[in-house]
Amino acid sequence: MDAAIHNARRRRNALATAAAFCATGIGLAGLAMILIVLFWEGFSGLSLAVFTEMTPPPGSAGGLLNAIVGSILMTVIAIAIGTPVGMLAGTYMAEYGRHEKLSSVVRFINDILLSAPSIVIGLFVYEVMVVPMGHFSGIAGAVALAVIVIPVVVRTTEDMLMLVPNTLREAAASIGLPRALMIRHIAYRAARSGIITGILLAIARISGETAPLLFTALNNQFYSHNLNAPMSSLPVVIFQFALSPYEDWQKLAWTGALIVTVSVLALSIVARALTATRKAS
Amino acid sequence: MVVDVTWQGARVGAQDAAERANALRKLRLADVLFHAVTRSAAIFVLLLLGGVMVALLLGALPALTTFGFDFVTTQSWNPVTEKFGALAPIYGTLVTSLIAMAVAVPFGLLIAMFLTELCPMWARRPIGIAIELLAGIPSIIYGIWGLFVLAPFLQQYVQPALIATFGEVPVLSSLFAGPPYGIGVLTAGLILAIMVLPFITSISRDVFDAVPPVLKEAAYGLGCSTWEVMRHVVLPYTRVGVIGGVMLGLGRALGETMAVTFVIGNAHKISSSLLAPGTTISATIANEFTEAVGDLYTSSLIALGLILFVITFIVLAIARYLLLRIERKAG
Repeated sequence: MDAAIHNARRRRNALATAAAFCATGIGLAGLAMILIVLFWEGFSGLSLAVFTEMTPPPGSAGGLLNAIVGSILMTVIAIAIGTPVGMLAGTYMAEYGRHEKLSSVVRFINDILLSAPSIVIGLFVYEVMVVPMGHFSGIAGAVALAVIVIPVVVRTTEDMLMLVPNTLREAAASIGLPRALMIRHIAYRAARSGIITGILLAIARISGETAPLLFTALNNQFYSHNLNAPMSSLPVVIFQFALSPYEDWQKLAWTGALIVTVSVLALSIVARALTATRKAS
Repeated sequence: MVVDVTWQGARVGAQDAAERANALRKLRLADVLFHAVTRSAAIFVLLLLGGVMVALLLGALPALTTFGFDFVTTQSWNPVTEKFGALAPIYGTLVTSLIAMAVAVPFGLLIAMFLTELCPMWARRPIGIAIELLAGIPSIIYGIWGLFVLAPFLQQYVQPALIATFGEVPVLSSLFAGPPYGIGVLTAGLILAIMVLPFITSISRDVFDAVPPVLKEAAYGLGCSTWEVMRHVVLPYTRVGVIGGVMLGLGRALGETMAVTFVIGNAHKISSSLLAPGTTISATIANEFTEAVGDLYTSSLIALGLILFVITFIVLAIARYLLLRIERKAG
């Protein structure tokens, strides 16, 4: 009887353990396979032309220059708009309003914005910018991306400022430093690498975003840095080219996907390294 | 700079009292100003969410007033006759997310169990980091992989086998009926599962790690097996956190656009077969928005967005609430 129970328990444990091993194996293998296929297909289409030529019409060779430039331009503007707003809001929540009701409400709403469907953000910016302006534009795309940047930066700024030891603040106050200066010269400096990490993660997040650009920046087959006109971007080009029946376009889509993935991974790794050295020191 | 002035002022004594008072006033003003600026930035974040709500409501108003409650209960989606019903996309969104959760939750929990209890110490960090990096890969990558790799694979090997196996079984036969297209509801659900897996894994691992070691050691000390510790100590202790993590993953799956749009097939009809093409709310918007002619068509698509936003808002709010409870308990 006891032996039977003992054996049953052992069997069940062996089964569960095996399932956990298998799940990890399958999960990691599946995710690795995605990366392997991506690198294989992406590298086979990689050439200098990808970075120097425009997106081609179907059936001819070309590159992704206009899409790359568009993506970089919109990302830079989105960060330029989103970072200050996000940092200031995060500063309020961690410094001035740490114990206020407003802060906890903003924290809750911010967390929801953080994982809100990005296509809804696209619809929102379409309503408030594209409709009044009367046409799609690069600046609308940048604003849509900025709306995605803000919650990321708010979250990391607040978290990082919370980690700054209170003794630093008290020391600053004891020599008569007003709060605004204490925040700018002491708290920001102590939390700097963390905040930079947050910004890097925000860049990583938006550099692959497609849905909010579909009907704000639209797409543009030609080189353009006119923010008042439709603008091309890597993710949207990948979307369009991958679904097309033309082989050249599909190849470029894979190459574009590789570029996006490598930059996202590089950004995340740099961000991780920054926080790691901070913890070590 | 300003600080230096006050410093020197203090050192020299009451020599330049007026100057000192002036500097102090400036400092106070700067402080009040900075307080106000940061506070308004925080309020701006609130307004942003309100703005999204209002903009979507206003945009959806024409469709909602025209169709009323029928909008969410009818299936027809006809741009020619301008008859729009959201039932098919809502159904597709729910079913694909359900498939994704049914696959990703057991997998995620098992991987988290592996990482916290079974994995040798030296491998925990690298595997954990790899999973977190994968969580950051843009969804369009998963989409393009699904279209070119997963869909043909399912079409050639898995779907014919499913049809052959369940073709004769009642109930299941209607779930796996029809020709193997490759793309369709099942494929979209599986892609979503792969996409959500890293999220669920990393959150579950974090909450599993938060279990006080004493509890686990006590159970092991009584002679419990790894599985029994998981099942009777770790899971009950972390239940709320795990549910929160699952809901967070569900929120992602519901709102996910690009990974699904590639492989769903964009067909506005509800079919009982999981192999048939369908559509989801986000895929419909992504596919049709720029080509929508007529105010009612556009407005109907925005109304779809509103429905999606409301659904995900509720799911995410519950998720955050549950995770917040865990955090309070821990700290």
